[in-house]
Amino acid sequence: MTSVLLDVSNISLSFGNNRVLHDINFAVLEHSIHAIIGPNGAGKTSLLNCISGFYRPQEGSITFGEHDLTKTPTTQIAPLGIARTFQNIALYTGLNTVDNLMAARHIHMKQNSIQSMLYWGRAKREEIENRRFVEEIIDFLEITEIRESIVGTLPYGLRKRIELGRALALEPTVLLLDEPMAGMNADEKEDMARFVLDIHERKGVTIVLIEHDMGVVMDISDQVVVLDFGRKIGEGTPDEVKNDPGVIRAYLGEAHRVSETVADG
Amino acid sequence: MASIKPAGEFNTAYEQDMRFLRNPRMIILAIIAIAVTYYLPNLSPGYLGPTLNLLAYTIIALQGLNILTGLCGQISLGQAAFMLVGAYASALLMIHINWPIWLTIPAAGLVAGGVGLIFGLPSLRVKGFYLTMATLAAQFIIPWLTRNIAPEYLGGTSGSIEVPVPVIFGVALNDPVKFFYLSFTVLIITTILTNNVTRTKLGRAFVSIRDNDLAAELLGVNLFSYKLRAFFIAAALAGVAGALKAHYQRGVGTEFGYGLGESIILLGMLVIGGLGTRLGPFFGAVTLILLEDVAIEMGARLAEIFPDQSAQLLTSFRPIFFGAVLILFLIFEPRGLAHRWNLIKAAWRLRPFAR
Ligand SMILES: Nc1ncnc2c1ncn2[C@@H]1O[C@H](COP(=O)(O)OP(=O)(O)OP(=O)(O)O)[C@@H](O)[C@H]1O
Ligand SMILES: [Mg+2]
Repeated sequence: MTSVLLDVSNISLSFGNNRVLHDINFAVLEHSIHAIIGPNGAGKTSLLNCISGFYRPQEGSITFGEHDLTKTPTTQIAPLGIARTFQNIALYTGLNTVDNLMAARHIHMKQNSIQSMLYWGRAKREEIENRRFVEEIIDFLEITEIRESIVGTLPYGLRKRIELGRALALEPTVLLLDEPMAGMNADEKEDMARFVLDIHERKGVTIVLIEHDMGVVMDISDQVVVLDFGRKIGEGTPDEVKNDPGVIRAYLGEAHRVSETVADG
Repeated sequence: MASIKPAGEFNTAYEQDMRFLRNPRMIILAIIAIAVTYYLPNLSPGYLGPTLNLLAYTIIALQGLNILTGLCGQISLGQAAFMLVGAYASALLMIHINWPIWLTIPAAGLVAGGVGLIFGLPSLRVKGFYLTMATLAAQFIIPWLTRNIAPEYLGGTSGSIEVPVPVIFGVALNDPVKFFYLSFTVLIITTILTNNVTRTKLGRAFVSIRDNDLAAELLGVNLFSYKLRAFFIAAALAGVAGALKAHYQRGVGTEFGYGLGESIILLGMLVIGGLGTRLGPFFGAVTLILLEDVAIEMGARLAEIFPDQSAQLLTSFRPIFFGAVLILFLIFEPRGLAHRWNLIKAAWRLRPFAR
């Protein structure tokens, strides 16, 4: 149960002269919920981008099984079982909910393009099977009402949920969530937290979570990594982190937010 | 929205939900529509014959463009050039090795598709505007090549060669009415194929590239490979359309209009019909070709009224008319006629609750 699933070691990332990540190290354990927190611009999203192969760090490695993700082609990351959502939602706005999720079944479908065009044999079989799979996720996320709505027309909270569904449709072993609850009201946050916990418990998915809401982070995560100005300034269980003087100091600018949530944590 | 079904009709299984023709009534309607369309040119061989053939091959070219531009989001200004490739391919195969039409048409598709692939290669490095430039290059290079290489085969600077009348089951398709049996049959086939694209893995991969190429890549879609497939399919359908056009017009070459103007008009038709929609190619072609006839008619009338300007009126009225129609559509119906059609259909089904 405690084996390391994702090993981030000595990651450094720069854009020109702008050093965005400095020598980041941490390990995500299998079946854990691992939070990444830090003030705005700390480098959280950049770190996630390194894991999902979108940014290429100049130094360091990210080991997943026998693969170094920093050297794996971007399109090969998803098939390894790594899925993510985006801070700014990156859905396929012109497709409906079902098709957004179906699009994520891409890597699980074996039909070639000729079979697709003929809608024959394997293509037809796969479409129906995968449709069933996708409908289960839609039921699970309680978005059956909007299954055939074009996602570009849907409100923010629902789009966040669809994006989680699309990530789930990949059948990932690791789910990277970039601020899944940002901009949501309390009810929506609660729903989202429930879904994340459900996914974690029922499907045994390992979760790496970026979140600004300290209440949620302290509640649901097993481990927390704290970034500030691209450096790791703290790490540990939620309790360890919130009592860490270095972390408290770094958060001084946002001291109120942290001390508030630390107090009720 | 397009998914609202008549009352009392529920999908018993996803399989049924995923069909185009969901019930026996729709199947019967489709068969009747097809039979009527086959017969249509007989009603007016002089007007409907040529118009329907023109429509058929234009729609096929549009279906190809719709895959590349509508679904995959890569704007192409080279569709007419790929038609020219297919037109020559089919003509030469028939003239020089006597292939029958049912072989030369698919071969024309493959040849044009192959050429399309070459011009899709820049998509490995560039996208958007720069990729459009590559298709524009095709639109300049290909017609230039047909005039300047192998003149004994391609017609050289005369810009044209003669193309034989195709024969099917011993019947020479030597008038528009007979030819329409061929062009409409091919249209039915391409309609089935392109509609299948939109409901399978292939089409979703295309749309995911169009809507968010970053997300598509992180979800495992190989952008380059799928863009090339879109280029291939688009050019292949252009090639098929070009083959039909060449045999219908009994000639092929730059003299027959395969220039940038044609490519732009195809793009304009697609926008008017509805980019990325199944009905877009049909609506776009029918609307513009019918309006074009109106324009020609109006130009001729105006020429009678103003005899001194008759030459200018006859030549310039069409492009001005096209420009005006396109602008009006962009202002009032930017999402195309197919979108409006879906709104009307939805409203009709919700009656009497909606007005
Ligand atoms: N593609 C890029 N090019 C240049 N600089 C970048 C790029 N991506 C990120 N950065 C810089 O890296 C720094 C960290 O950004 P990042 O988005 O990772 O922060 P974050 O911790 O996710 O912040 P937030 O909480 O606001 O989402 C910022 O200074 C940002 O400007
Ligand atoms: Mg961020």
